[in-house]
Amino acid sequence: MSFTPMTPADREAMLAAIGVASVDELFADIPAAIRLDRPLDLPPAMAEAEVRRHLIQLAARNADVDRYTCFLGAGAYDHLIPAAVGQLVSRSEFYTSYTPYQPEITQGVLQATYEYQTMIAALTGMDLANASVYDGATALAEGALVACAHTGRDQVVIPATVHPEYRQVTSTYLRHQGLEVVEVPYRDGVTPLDELKARIGSRTAAVVVQQPNFFGGIEDAAAVAQLAHEAGALFIVAVADPLTLGLLKPPGAAGADIAAGDGQALGNNLSFGGPHLGFLAVRQQLVRRIPGRIAGATVDRDGTRGFVLTLQTREQHIRREKATSNICTNQALNAIAAAVYLSLLGKQGVRDVAHQCLQKAHYLQRAMVALPGFAPAWDGPFFHEFVVRTTADPEELTQRLLDHQIIGGLPLGRFYPELADCMLWCVTESRTREEMDRLVTVLEGLS
Amino acid sequence: MTGYLLRGSFPLIFEQGAPGRRGYRLPDLDVPEAPLSELLPEDQQRADEPALPEVSEPEVVRHYVGLSRRNYGVDVGFYPLGSCTMKYNPKVNEWAASLPGFARVHPYQPEETVQGALELMYRLERYLCEIAGLSRATLQPAAGAHGELLGLMIIKAYHEKNGQGQQRTEIIVPDSAHGTNPASAAMCGYRVVEVKSDARGGVDVEALKAVVSERTAGLMLTNPSTLGLFEERIVEIARIIHDAGGLVYYDGANANAILGICRPGDMGFDIVHFNLHKTFSTPHGGGGPGAGPIAVREDLARFLPVPTVERRGDRYYLDYDRPDAVGRIKGFYGNFGVLVRAYTYIRMHGPEGLKAVSEQAVINANYLLRRLAHLFDVPYDRHCKHEFVLSGRRYKKQGVRTLDIAKRLLDYGIHAPTIYFPLIVDEAIMIEPTETESKETLDEFVRIMETIVREIEEDPELVRTAPHNMPVRRLDEARAARQPNLCWCAPVPVDSPSSSDT
Repeated sequence: MSFTPMTPADREAMLAAIGVASVDELFADIPAAIRLDRPLDLPPAMAEAEVRRHLIQLAARNADVDRYTCFLGAGAYDHLIPAAVGQLVSRSEFYTSYTPYQPEITQGVLQATYEYQTMIAALTGMDLANASVYDGATALAEGALVACAHTGRDQVVIPATVHPEYRQVTSTYLRHQGLEVVEVPYRDGVTPLDELKARIGSRTAAVVVQQPNFFGGIEDAAAVAQLAHEAGALFIVAVADPLTLGLLKPPGAAGADIAAGDGQALGNNLSFGGPHLGFLAVRQQLVRRIPGRIAGATVDRDGTRGFVLTLQTREQHIRREKATSNICTNQALNAIAAAVYLSLLGKQGVRDVAHQCLQKAHYLQRAMVALPGFAPAWDGPFFHEFVVRTTADPEELTQRLLDHQIIGGLPLGRFYPELADCMLWCVTESRTREEMDRLVTVLEGLS
Repeated sequence: MTGYLLRGSFPLIFEQGAPGRRGYRLPDLDVPEAPLSELLPEDQQRADEPALPEVSEPEVVRHYVGLSRRNYGVDVGFYPLGSCTMKYNPKVNEWAASLPGFARVHPYQPEETVQGALELMYRLERYLCEIAGLSRATLQPAAGAHGELLGLMIIKAYHEKNGQGQQRTEIIVPDSAHGTNPASAAMCGYRVVEVKSDARGGVDVEALKAVVSERTAGLMLTNPSTLGLFEERIVEIARIIHDAGGLVYYDGANANAILGICRPGDMGFDIVHFNLHKTFSTPHGGGGPGAGPIAVREDLARFLPVPTVERRGDRYYLDYDRPDAVGRIKGFYGNFGVLVRAYTYIRMHGPEGLKAVSEQAVINANYLLRRLAHLFDVPYDRHCKHEFVLSGRRYKKQGVRTLDIAKRLLDYGIHAPTIYFPLIVDEAIMIEPTETESKETLDEFVRIMETIVREIEEDPELVRTAPHNMPVRRLDEARAARQPNLCWCAPVPVDSPSSSDT
């Protein structure tokens, strides 16, 4: 095998230095009864050229969003990714590094992480962010646990307009600690304040909204913040696409105590759902409750600025069962990609991306709902995702669009049985007018 | 302008650039523009501009290339970080994960458009099950600790199904365990019971018997242990837990020692996680992403989270209809890009290649242990597996601690081993060379350790104040924790009347 340098001569010399006659002696402490007495039943080894041929064949059986025009969002977004992002995260000093336990030799990752934290705080309008968690769904779950620990209460109120998978993951995490998720139904694609208020009480640790919500609609976050705070609960804003924050009032300005979301949109590939990036940003008073790694600035013995992992007494390797979370490995490289992306886009660029997403989504929505057999599921403002009711069966429509190299919107029946005749469409700045016009033409021909 | 700064402080990206500068240009908007106020209510609009950098592409590239040069990865040099398996990450893995058919695929695409991705996941699950000696697996956990949490949820579901959910409230964890073990148990609502190690570095079986009871939900164990030692009485240990009605969980952090040699399932483990970013060569990314799939024995498969990847004839599909599933622990299906890399690695090695990996990892570790034994105390003097633990306590009399030795190693261009872990060894130094290091590298490491020991005897101050050749000198971690500075803020202009010392 070409990845292991040991020659037969090396092996012999090393075994002699160890003082054993054969490698088997080094495994003699493994009881015979549990030794595997046959080779593993795995396919035989391939050379690099062979494995490449095999992988090209596997990959060719997937429709990628370069060959197909994609109108899916729902938590993973086909935004443009500048070429420099991939180049920079391919610097192997970054990607072949472990967690920066020895800060003096890993200043690069630590400083990039500190920059990432600063950018997430700026984008969300929060005081500080951690170095990342696994994804948007686990970010919300961890945020909910922070709220329960902080308030000493045991319920988290989560509207049905929050991403269904975020809700499922949060509910799974909470249930195992004897904590509870309280769901709130939606009305006209958003969370009704009266329904929400009816479910907030003295056990409420946090109230969550997703902004924009799973349907693309805009929630009245400031009003929810007020309801939560009046009840002594924290307010958590979940964000599936942080690029919307280029135009949208950020969680901090809407009164959030915790912003939890997914940073895939920030320069990370779709990758069939991962690796993405969970971000968690909080107000100052929650700093010692936030889970996971945090990079902080300090000085060396000469007074020179440098960076370290800090506040580690919150973490599992110090506190063990008393830690704020069990998280150890996170999504560091994806966070660096986000920092590079946000540096390239900059102050004006994120505004431009948000602006184009908003404008293009409305362009498509207007054209689509003008078609016979297509109607908006409800009225109200939306950002770059919207729900359309169709007379055609959404699953069948999706199949027929594939014949035209189009990946259509998400049929919603899988998550919301009552919306079985609805689809969730997404338009990012990647989509061109030509692609949208072609979609509308194809839909017209199908109906 | 600052890409060359390898010593001293390095400007933040926020301290560079100029107003109006940008590093990426979008195509012009190609649809008719509607007034913003018609699309987004005024009170929902952002009032301020986010404080992001304003820099051009060349500035961004110099900045992050500069930062990468102030960083160390296994591509740069030896990285013997114990329990982290910092083996070489084959470049073909990166090529594979970047194929558009893998990298540019949306998770909610119709199943017939992702058959290649599902087939890869289906096969990888079978390979990991064969390596683990168990029957089904899920690839969803994003990291080892995430796998642990899921494994504990499955233990809980199993006891609940048997009507013993209320009664079984305790998870037993050895005192040598990774910190994630007790933290995961607590996160799953369990009480943690610690069991001590015996004189040979294994679980103290008598102590184990004393803590096992009808409250025991399970035991979490790493084998080889964090001392790099094989748990010789593993079959007996598993039987003790099983006899008490509990389940046995395998923390796969150290699986690089046993590939094709023995299997956790055959040892008596019921649930196993593997760290694909350790054993199966996927890069650790400076802290992630990883992947921590877990495999389970047949009767526990019903509890695996949704969705599972199934096959009917030639067609692969995702199965969400699993009434006993513990729920969902991650969005979508896991860190797929990491799975592609691990799949590539397993296909390139085959059964003999994987076994050779473990044998060579163990030879490298034992060779290094013997060659370093004259310099340090060896608390458990047996053949080790893929890693071993030394103690630096003899140098305390010169006022030199293990931390100082670790920092001095950095000066010689080597990443320090894991230190002060496991907790049961005083001044611990935990070394894992991996199979991808050559004998010459190991010999060079020994020479450097000998040099440092000589320095401790001749000039201990030199070691105590290390590092000297890094971008920064020893950093004040206490200050970072006491006065947290976690986020950069624009400096207040000097002529401002409100400026004050921050």
